[in-house]
Amino acid sequence: MNALISQLVNLFAAVMLILAFAMLSQRRVITLIHLFAMQGLAVVGATTVVAYVTHQHHLYYSALLTLVLKVFLIPFLLHRVIDRLNVKWDIETLFNIPTQMIVGIGLVIFAFNVSLPIARFSETISRGTLGIALACLLLSFLMMITRAKAVPQVVGFLAMENALFFAATSATYGMPMVVELGIALDVLVGILIMGVFMFQIREQFESLDIRHLEKLKED
Amino acid sequence: MLSLLPIDGVLAVIAAWLSIGICGVFALRRFAFVSRVLFPAGGLVCLALALFALQALFQSPQVAVLPLGLPGLPFHLRLDALAAFFLLVIGGAGAGVSIFAAGYFRQGEGTPPGLLCLEYHVFLASMAMVVLADDAYAFMVAWETMALSSFFLVTANHKVPEIRDAGFLYLLVAHVGAIAILLCFGVLQANTGDYTFANMRAQSLTPFWASAAFLLALFGFGAKAGIFPLHVWLPEAHPAAPSPVSALMSGVMLKTAVYGMVRVSFDLLHLQLWWWGALLLAVGLATALFGVVFATVQSDMKRLLAYSSIENIGLLFAAIGLAVIFNAYGMRALSALALTACLFHVASHALFKSLLFVGTGMVLHATGQRNLGRLGGLVRFMPWVAWLVLIGVLASSGLPPLSGFASEWLLLQTFLFTPGLPHPFLNMVIPVLAAAVALIAALAGYAMVKFFGVVFLGQPREETLREAHDAGWLERIGMLWLAAGCVVLGLLPTQFIVLIDRVTIDLLGWGLGRQVAQTGWLILAPFSVERASFSPLLFFGGVLFCSVLAFLLVRAIYHGHMRRAPPWDCGFAWQTARMQDTAEGFGQPIRQIFEPLLRLERHLPTAADREPRYRVVVGDHSWFRLYLPIAHGVEFLARQVGRLQRGRISIYLLYSFLTLLFMLFLVR
Repeated sequence: MNALISQLVNLFAAVMLILAFAMLSQRRVITLIHLFAMQGLAVVGATTVVAYVTHQHHLYYSALLTLVLKVFLIPFLLHRVIDRLNVKWDIETLFNIPTQMIVGIGLVIFAFNVSLPIARFSETISRGTLGIALACLLLSFLMMITRAKAVPQVVGFLAMENALFFAATSATYGMPMVVELGIALDVLVGILIMGVFMFQIREQFESLDIRHLEKLKED
Repeated sequence: MLSLLPIDGVLAVIAAWLSIGICGVFALRRFAFVSRVLFPAGGLVCLALALFALQALFQSPQVAVLPLGLPGLPFHLRLDALAAFFLLVIGGAGAGVSIFAAGYFRQGEGTPPGLLCLEYHVFLASMAMVVLADDAYAFMVAWETMALSSFFLVTANHKVPEIRDAGFLYLLVAHVGAIAILLCFGVLQANTGDYTFANMRAQSLTPFWASAAFLLALFGFGAKAGIFPLHVWLPEAHPAAPSPVSALMSGVMLKTAVYGMVRVSFDLLHLQLWWWGALLLAVGLATALFGVVFATVQSDMKRLLAYSSIENIGLLFAAIGLAVIFNAYGMRALSALALTACLFHVASHALFKSLLFVGTGMVLHATGQRNLGRLGGLVRFMPWVAWLVLIGVLASSGLPPLSGFASEWLLLQTFLFTPGLPHPFLNMVIPVLAAAVALIAALAGYAMVKFFGVVFLGQPREETLREAHDAGWLERIGMLWLAAGCVVLGLLPTQFIVLIDRVTIDLLGWGLGRQVAQTGWLILAPFSVERASFSPLLFFGGVLFCSVLAFLLVRAIYHGHMRRAPPWDCGFAWQTARMQDTAEGFGQPIRQIFEPLLRLERHLPTAADREPRYRVVVGDHSWFRLYLPIAHGVEFLARQVGRLQRGRISIYLLYSFLTLLFMLFLVR
């Protein structure tokens, strides 16, 4: 039974990693947001399984919170933003996508390498997934770096938060409830602020291309 | 009868200063109230401080803990003999300067008078706190308050760009020095985490760490005192400040650095190494020589005095160095003599330099000129100022029977006692250095003759100088007080050494007091009458007798009344006051002799010039060889760091990404 459940967690983790690669290679904003919602769903699934096995009730609450926030509310907000700003077109990247994928593979190897000694100290059933969580985090970070537009960057930031949450769940059965609530609130406020910023950038530069922000540099 | 402990009295004085300052804020633009009520009140409080300090000198050390500061980190205060002596100096010199300042400040000069009053009294209070502090925390708070309040005082006329620059330079050097002092305290507490001075006294550091602490203290306090090559701020900041502030900064604030040096070397450090003393001696004498050479070639009267302050600080540090050397070899009596010379000169310099600075303030107010080339002949229009400044000038040149002579004589005596040292090299070198002290004293006299002669004697070089007015009554009282101090210290050195005795007994376990008292109050002989002695009162009596005799003889032989006649024109009919010997001309021989020390820029007129102009600018090598390269280096590094700023979010994200990867790699 335990082995099966452990495999189930691993499955969700694998799904997350695949979705992270999918996001890295995705060219359309709408699909990107869908992928993000799916990634949130995978996190919810993994959290629920871990909660069921370990009988940690607060993990159910965090799973529920994640579901509401990251699967429904934030994707909904993002959809509204891109509708308003009319930015459903293709994503421009700073490097071409195959290069990004190769760098991403390197990052995954690095993440596994790094997390091996850490995972050895952990005694949770899901400790094998720590490497995956770290890999997801680095891939999301890479996505933030390589995207030229504001919306994909925000999505990258949110995906990073997903990966962090997943890492916390897999390494220590989640952070204390208060911390998780705080982070959830932070993310929510963060997305609102970024929404405002996106409108402002748009108004200033007639575009959401963050390369325009270079003009703000002091010479 | 209510008995007030001196430390409570001193705290009351500090509180009184702060409340006077706050009163000034409420009367921001009520000039008459600030100048006629608040400043004289501050002066009276100074006197009270001097009295309390005098009382404290004869009592055992007292401690107090103020409930101020951070939670669990109160201010520890301690009033021992050393602190009391410096409080006496602050109070004594401060009283004169405060009363002078009451008459000096005029309306409509930059900072409003009320604010100036606040800054001035906070400055006084912080200096007293520096001396009282008994833990590193209280010391640093007071030290920084002192630096900041004096910065605002220096920039009182902040609309002038040069004054702003001078202020920033001062602030920069003060802060670099403060960092060194903080590090010094960090070394002194020896990893115990307890920053009270009591704990530092209890630690016994290894010679290596003790040396580190000493060098840091030398750098930190040297920056405040204006030790070469950290002196660059001093000749800029002192002329920029209003004259009473220059007087306080030069006369009193520089002494807090001397206090810190003495406190760290003799009180907080449990051992002294001979090479510390040799280093202090070398640095001190180099500073003194540098200062006095630059003083002789200046043509701005306040800059001249500022360089003269550098010279005096150098002598003080040299005296501390001698005290360290003697103490390192266990020769306590000689160490006590060196320290006595140092402390005597502290008091004497505080009085005469304050007097000279306030004197330049009067000249500045009366004529609007700081440039020596446009002054002259003022003795006839400002007799009070001229005669009082003359006393300061004589004391500063080290002429008997004034205070400067007593202290420099003691210092020279100390140099001449060195042959007893068990170190052959020092034995040979130090008597040679005594010659350097003699040279410095002589050059100081030269600079002072130039200062007094060009400003007050001869013919007025400008027509407007004839309208110069003399000092008002408050200014006269202030200057009289300071001049009286110079005379009393010079005439009664024995009595003053009895006061200093308490400090040296406290720090070194030895005092000159007994020996000095043996020979009676008339004669000052630090060891024995046969060896060396000096009787200022007899000397003064002799001088007075000869002068009166000469006066009477001349009166009897000649016609007996004074006659004013035009100066002989050497048969050259057309002559103006501008043809007198100028400041530049007077300093020219020194400029020739010491040319390698100076950086000269000369503009000579050609023979065919219709409007010939001669201009010479004396620059400081250390500025071009040391400070500018450092400044360029910092600028270069800053530009390199500036390359990190690309203005692209992706690049910034990449920085944090790479940092993250690097950290992960490290923890692996």
